[in-house]
Amino acid sequence: MITFDQVSVQYHDTAEPALRGVDLTIPEGELCLLVGPSGSGKSTLLGTVSGLVPHFTGGVLHGRVTVGGRDTRTHRPRELTDLVGTVGQDPLAHFVTDSVEDELAYGMESLGLAPEVMRRRVEETLDLLGLAELRGRAPSSLSGGQQQRVAIGSVLTTHPRVLVLDEPTSALDPGAAEDVLAVLQRLVHDLGTTVLMAEHRLERVVQYADQVLLLPGRGEPPVLGEPAEVMAGSPVHPPVVALGRAAGWSPLPLSVRDARRRAAPLRARLDGRTPPPPAVATGEAVADVDRLAVRRGPVPALRGVRLALHAGEITALMGRNGAGKSTLLSSLVGLHRPTSGTVRVGGLIPHQARPKELIRRIGLVPQDPRDLLYAETVAAECAAADRDAAAEPGTCRALVSRLLPGIDDATHPRDLSEGQRLSLALAVVLSSRPGVILLDEPTRGLDYAAKERLIEILRSLAAESHAILLATHDVELAAELAHRTVILAEGEIVADGPTPQVVLSSPAFAPQVAKILAPSPWLTVPQVVNALATEAAS
Amino acid sequence: MPKSRTTRPAVGPRQLHPGAWWLWALGLGAAASRTTNPLLLLLLVAVAGYVVVTRRGDAPWARSYGTFLRLGLLVIGIRLVFAVVLGSPVPGTHVLVTLPQLPLPTWAQGVRIGGRVTAEGLLFALYDGLRLGALLVCVGAANALASPARLLRAMPGALYEAGVAVVVAMTFAPNLVADVQRLRAARRLRGGTDRGVRAVLGVGLPVLENALERSVGLAAAMDTRGFGRTADVPPRIARTTAALTLLGLLGVCVSAYGLLTADGAGWALPLLLLGLASAAGGLILGSRRAVRTRYRPDPWTLREWSVAGSGVAAAGLMVWLSSRDPGAFAPSLVPLTAPRLPLLPALAALIGLLPAVTAPTPPRSAS
Repeated sequence: MITFDQVSVQYHDTAEPALRGVDLTIPEGELCLLVGPSGSGKSTLLGTVSGLVPHFTGGVLHGRVTVGGRDTRTHRPRELTDLVGTVGQDPLAHFVTDSVEDELAYGMESLGLAPEVMRRRVEETLDLLGLAELRGRAPSSLSGGQQQRVAIGSVLTTHPRVLVLDEPTSALDPGAAEDVLAVLQRLVHDLGTTVLMAEHRLERVVQYADQVLLLPGRGEPPVLGEPAEVMAGSPVHPPVVALGRAAGWSPLPLSVRDARRRAAPLRARLDGRTPPPPAVATGEAVADVDRLAVRRGPVPALRGVRLALHAGEITALMGRNGAGKSTLLSSLVGLHRPTSGTVRVGGLIPHQARPKELIRRIGLVPQDPRDLLYAETVAAECAAADRDAAAEPGTCRALVSRLLPGIDDATHPRDLSEGQRLSLALAVVLSSRPGVILLDEPTRGLDYAAKERLIEILRSLAAESHAILLATHDVELAAELAHRTVILAEGEIVADGPTPQVVLSSPAFAPQVAKILAPSPWLTVPQVVNALATEAAS
Repeated sequence: MPKSRTTRPAVGPRQLHPGAWWLWALGLGAAASRTTNPLLLLLLVAVAGYVVVTRRGDAPWARSYGTFLRLGLLVIGIRLVFAVVLGSPVPGTHVLVTLPQLPLPTWAQGVRIGGRVTAEGLLFALYDGLRLGALLVCVGAANALASPARLLRAMPGALYEAGVAVVVAMTFAPNLVADVQRLRAARRLRGGTDRGVRAVLGVGLPVLENALERSVGLAAAMDTRGFGRTADVPPRIARTTAALTLLGLLGVCVSAYGLLTADGAGWALPLLLLGLASAAGGLILGSRRAVRTRYRPDPWTLREWSVAGSGVAAAGLMVWLSSRDPGAFAPSLVPLTAPRLPLLPALAALIGLLPAVTAPTPPRSAS
């Protein structure tokens, strides 16, 4: 269905090609998952299929990409609409009209389909994706998962034979991600659509894939094969694969269910052992939220939230999209005025405090770290951060060298990878030595290597008795990093306690290892590996 | 097989055809543009406001009305400030205050900064600002009742792409405002202040960068969804289309000039008609290049006629009445008189209330 013939792509301003030596065929009706570290060319590869590369991005495309017999070099994206449906990372950037129904019809209108056909297909698609209730709503008023489903629906109505998706579940909570993946499953099974999808959160998607296409990066050739085979040697892999590798299972299990069926011996080996108990926070409370209520427009975003953050403790804040996580973080840094209740951070009331004083007590890395960065180079950014924080010149640069070794002073912050940018923003925030650090969705768009680095950095910061609060959808991150987990729903705290207790009691927030080894309280692969190592030693 | 219905059903709660709302609003706007009588202008604003309150839906754009009201007030405010600082062309005798006057060099003769502020001058500015504000509020009413994007759906095929450009430009502003707010909040996170002009200027460059990125992203998304697909037409027809449209527009421009200067009244009207016909021909031919079809167009029924008709009638009556009784439409400032509400024009403005009864209630779907 999709054929790559000696494809390489070179952008003008870079020395290395973004993609090279891709020579493979993706057969019809497969769900093909595209994996690889950041910067390995995943988005570029997807772009060559939809025709956006090189027509929209510039750059030079060598070789030939054909989709259903059409060469994407000679066909512009609009001439592929009836064949390829493309959904980008941000569904909001995809919407053209202002109601769900019109959005679904837009592509068909462009193709000039007959009105009766359009009417029928819109109704079918509304049912297929479970959107019938939302037909009159404005896409911008929907939740993240609903938006993603509308975006997928809007390209489905033209009956494309290929669907190209770039990180469709990265921004979604676990439940919404399940909904989107269920829809993709249905398309592949019922309609025979070929799906090509890039995703960092492999623990969510790898079990649905028929084929995995690995782009290892650093000039190594791409690998296409059975998921289990490719995962065995892949530098990026989900916890279930890591556990399988550690336990020496072959073939590797990809889903929790497969792993559970294999795990009986492992469970027996681990029987009687327990993971080391989580460290109990001993630090004093540095931020205190008491019966906080915040309204945003007509909607109550938070209702009666009580939360205390302690020095040296890492707290994960979870909950579905729109549960009030970001509002709570913003209230802590004084961006929202409480409707009732109080927020105190190190003796200050955030929304009344002067920003210069507040940033010495608390810092927030926003969802998009780019918001925080405005200089032209890393060096200028550091100098500005020192000025803003009234810190010794060189403070921020020293932090950057620690968090992000080997970065060039002259690099433009926009040219950094997602992970590097996050580290830079974190360094900027740390320049004023705040006791409390807040991070909003830090792992969105990070590959596993960047996530590992982030975990190390945050652990060492906690060891230096910073209090850390991170809002995240990433259950694996919470399980690995957080001492304590708080779950928000509809603006209220519904669970608050040590991470093992909270995540083990809720299937939606349990990490893969916990699901595989239940009822034993293991959360992460390193815990299991350590336990096996001590067993071997004794 | 019976053919299924393709337009939206004309019964029950539904959206009125956007064209009807825009005709109505433009009619009220045209009526407002004929007068500086503050009572008539306030009446027109009240009529538009009442219809908006009774007939707007609950979609996000329906909340834009308040923004337009504030914008109208801002226009009046600016107009007044200018009248105070730069003086007014209206000769007045009722001096309210005398500001210190800035001495200007001789080459700047005719420009005055500071000096006497007269009641006549202030009132003139107020009336003038009020007229502009009323026009803005009428456009705001149309915006709240039918978003520009919905109007776009009713465009003829040949104009569609130009229409998209306009709509994208119109959604640019709200996105820009949202960006500025987000980045100002981010400045606060870095210890800067989020108030004042400097805070807004400091985020200028990142905001523009964001806006550009978003535009490119939207263009890419629209292209992948088939925007700009065209049918193959013979080059002869394409050339004829271009020639007809160009000649038509030229004809309209030249004749408009003729009509306005009032010395070409003889030749201007026929030329105008010819130009319009030529442009229409170009559009019709141009539609052959467009392959778009329309999904469930809004029907045009008696209700649409009544809404559009009420706006056009209000405008027509106002124009006719204003030529018969100019005094009632432009209350005299020298000498100062209190404006009075003329009966017939007031009744004409009240015709604009008809949609509050005849327009269908919009469906409540968004929550």
